[in-house]
Amino acid sequence: MTIQFTRDLPIYSQLVNRICSEIVRNERLPGNKLPSVREYALEVGVNVNTVQRVYKELEQMALTETKRGQGTFITTDDSVLLALREKIKQQITEEFVRKIEEHGFSHDEILFELQKYRGELDD
Amino acid sequence: MISMTNVSYKILNKAILNTINLNIPVGKIIGLAGENGAGKSTLLRLMAGIIQADQGSILLDGQRLTHQNATSIAFLPDTDDFYPYFSGRHLFQFYQSQFADFNIAKANEIAAFLEVNLQQKISTFSKGQRGRLKMAVTLGREVPYYFMDEPFSGLDPMVRESLIKGLIKYTDAETQTIVLSTHELYEVEPILDALLLLKDSKVIAFDTLEEIREEWQQDAVSWMKKQYRKD
Repeated sequence: MTIQFTRDLPIYSQLVNRICSEIVRNERLPGNKLPSVREYALEVGVNVNTVQRVYKELEQMALTETKRGQGTFITTDDSVLLALREKIKQQITEEFVRKIEEHGFSHDEILFELQKYRGELDD
Repeated sequence: MISMTNVSYKILNKAILNTINLNIPVGKIIGLAGENGAGKSTLLRLMAGIIQADQGSILLDGQRLTHQNATSIAFLPDTDDFYPYFSGRHLFQFYQSQFADFNIAKANEIAAFLEVNLQQKISTFSKGQRGRLKMAVTLGREVPYYFMDEPFSGLDPMVRESLIKGLIKYTDAETQTIVLSTHELYEVEPILDALLLLKDSKVIAFDTLEEIREEWQQDAVSWMKKQYRKD
């Protein structure tokens, strides 16, 4: 499978975001091993140097740990994982609010709409 | 590294390339783009030591590039010049007899990965099969430099994807350099480190994809269009 990239962000940061989402969605579990750089490059269809940059960024974000001779693993540190979850939630909220404001909706309207939406879900 | 200084190339007084200055570092995948007739094939052939510059110097790791030391360069031509009565297996044997760096085990593995039938005669190959065979035989050589002239041209998206994966799988990003010319920038961009743009016989831009996306906030295709419109 090769993935599609958007035009606005560097490919490495799109891949960092992708792995972060996978961690939050529990598609990649704490302690799980990431594929090798070459395997992942092949999987998503990008340059090996790009994946190296992705793995470096993840490590700097403390989301992964590299064990010598064994590979790269998702962190088991709950505080880091919780912070990532919060960060992504916040990003999605910001994006939502920005979009809805662009269309000129008031905050009251949005709140009303969210409550209505939640009501429909609860039924 | 390959360094070109003030390189020019003419055919019958018409400049095909005009005062080219550039360095091709080791360990990068570089895309070569530009409209038809901009000089892409000529640039690749000069860098591969196949033709000689009229002016300027081309150095390979500090030595003047000649036919003799061009052995560390594997070239994939945009034409199909293979003997049509050869099978893939014959072609591999022929390459083995010509190039000391040809690794037949690796070539066989790549052929299997790209699903090339090596028993079949090249004359009965489809265009897609020839494209795959060309890639397998080129990557079968273990060299620091691969120069490829339109390796994806005229091939369907599935063949292009499998060739791109073959490139990722069978080259070493740290020790090998690939320069490939292409018009399929949307598809090829994810595997490129940098993009070299030719227009009217000159290099008009040479930037890394990270620069293009981070500083210009554009993908390769929009960047190329913008560079082309500049003057």
